[in-house]
Amino acid sequence: MDVVISGIGQSAVGRRLERSGLGLTVDATLEALADAGLEVPDIDGIATYPGFRPDMPAFSPVSSLDLKEALGFRLDWYSGGLEGPAQLGALINAYAAIKAGLARHVVCFRTVKEGTGGAAWKQSSLPSTERTRVSGEFQWILPFNAISATNWLSLYAQRHFHLYGTTREQMAQISLNARRNGALNPKALYREAITLDDYLSSRMISTPLCLFDCDTPSDASTVIILSSADAARDLKSTPVHIDSVGSAIHGKASWDQADMPSMAAFDAGRMLWSRTDWKPADVDVALLYDGFTFLTLTWLEAMGFCGVGESGAFVDGGARIARDGVLPLNPHGGQLAAGRTHGFGFVHEAVTQLRGLGGDRQVAGDVKLAAVGAGGGPIGGALLLARR
Amino acid sequence: MTTPTYQRTLPLLDDSNRFFWTSGAEGELRLMRCQECGHWLHPPGPLCPVCRSERLAAEAVSGLGSIETYTLNMRSWGPGLEVPYVVAIVHLDEQPGLRLTTNIVGIPASDVRIGMRVRVTFERDEDVWLPLFTPA
Ligand SMILES: [Zn+2]
Repeated sequence: MDVVISGIGQSAVGRRLERSGLGLTVDATLEALADAGLEVPDIDGIATYPGFRPDMPAFSPVSSLDLKEALGFRLDWYSGGLEGPAQLGALINAYAAIKAGLARHVVCFRTVKEGTGGAAWKQSSLPSTERTRVSGEFQWILPFNAISATNWLSLYAQRHFHLYGTTREQMAQISLNARRNGALNPKALYREAITLDDYLSSRMISTPLCLFDCDTPSDASTVIILSSADAARDLKSTPVHIDSVGSAIHGKASWDQADMPSMAAFDAGRMLWSRTDWKPADVDVALLYDGFTFLTLTWLEAMGFCGVGESGAFVDGGARIARDGVLPLNPHGGQLAAGRTHGFGFVHEAVTQLRGLGGDRQVAGDVKLAAVGAGGGPIGGALLLARR
Repeated sequence: MTTPTYQRTLPLLDDSNRFFWTSGAEGELRLMRCQECGHWLHPPGPLCPVCRSERLAAEAVSGLGSIETYTLNMRSWGPGLEVPYVVAIVHLDEQPGLRLTTNIVGIPASDVRIGMRVRVTFERDEDVWLPLFTPA
């Protein structure tokens, strides 16, 4: 049973929106339903990452059941959870459920209110004058004031710089590319280009990551509807096939015990290519996670677009990853320019590009194969999407 | 208005981690070690991932290692948290892949380098002895 993406939708995206998380989710869902040509009674599944998190309401304010009740869905299958191949875990769960015959049309959503509410771990783990205690994996990190994900990723980036000679000037190209593309995306949070000088003179957060290496929290909901190919045959949208998925984690499931700079992304990438006849050179557009610029370098290597340690040289000068380059990267501006829609925005853009509906930012030529990678550290998931 | 005093987030001590966070009281860094095959196990777990033995015990390591990677944190993440400070991952001498996240102290931050030899030192905070590292 082939699985396709039959519809996509996205709410308004902003730094601070006067709309609840559930309201944004309803907006995105109705847009995706209309896009696919589906009605509420057609939907029999919901999958979300990571489900409602009462401890982190800005990070994840909406549960699958909240959406079910709001729109009156009757579900045969639903799923939400933080454990899995990063944000794409929701889509990969839905893919598996459809293949298993548990559902035919699944609404997958990721909703964030971080623009209004502050970032997840920053909010829940911030040190303060009120003493807190922590258990689980973060007990090994937080007591040393490695508080922000910026710290955790900086450790990986520094090791990469040391081993392979990667430079800030090279890493900057991810940020410059994002801003260049964001200028053509009407929904992007940042629509002004930046120069290498702007980048190099911006505030250092945690060496070697500066302000322009970090994405921006946003309020947004993004919906991707997955359908069985049979059930999608008569729908009005152009179906996009899920050709292959990567969900593997073979290395250490830890932020600080891995053989840095390797991450789970490499395991997901290897699995992705082991299950398809396509090759990295066939990819027409790459949508690679850029919550931090360094993660995009990681994904370029993990997905085999360049060799291990070669991502700095690959992006050097920016020409290869530009919209008219050999590997157009994040044509919507990624999360660095378009806001932290947290993984799902990359899938939304992949489908937009495969349908040829990218407008001013559409990649030229016959865009028929897109690679998507999301996550960092011990979480990583990948998708290979094809228009047939 | 008084300036708030920053306090580290501390680990919640329990039967599985107390040996690690309190061994500094005796000036030693102790990690869990398999008594069958000698494998050092960190973070602690219920059995040895190499030979599956459940015969595990806390043993002292040399406290020596080298800096695998580090970052100089420049931004204050909360009131009273003074910057900059160095977060590092130290690779302990005992075994390939045996690592700790820590802080490098006793040296100007700008002198910290990957590969630098370091030795454990402890900072007490309530009932926790934090293993920090300083040039060996
Ligand atoms: Zn053993």
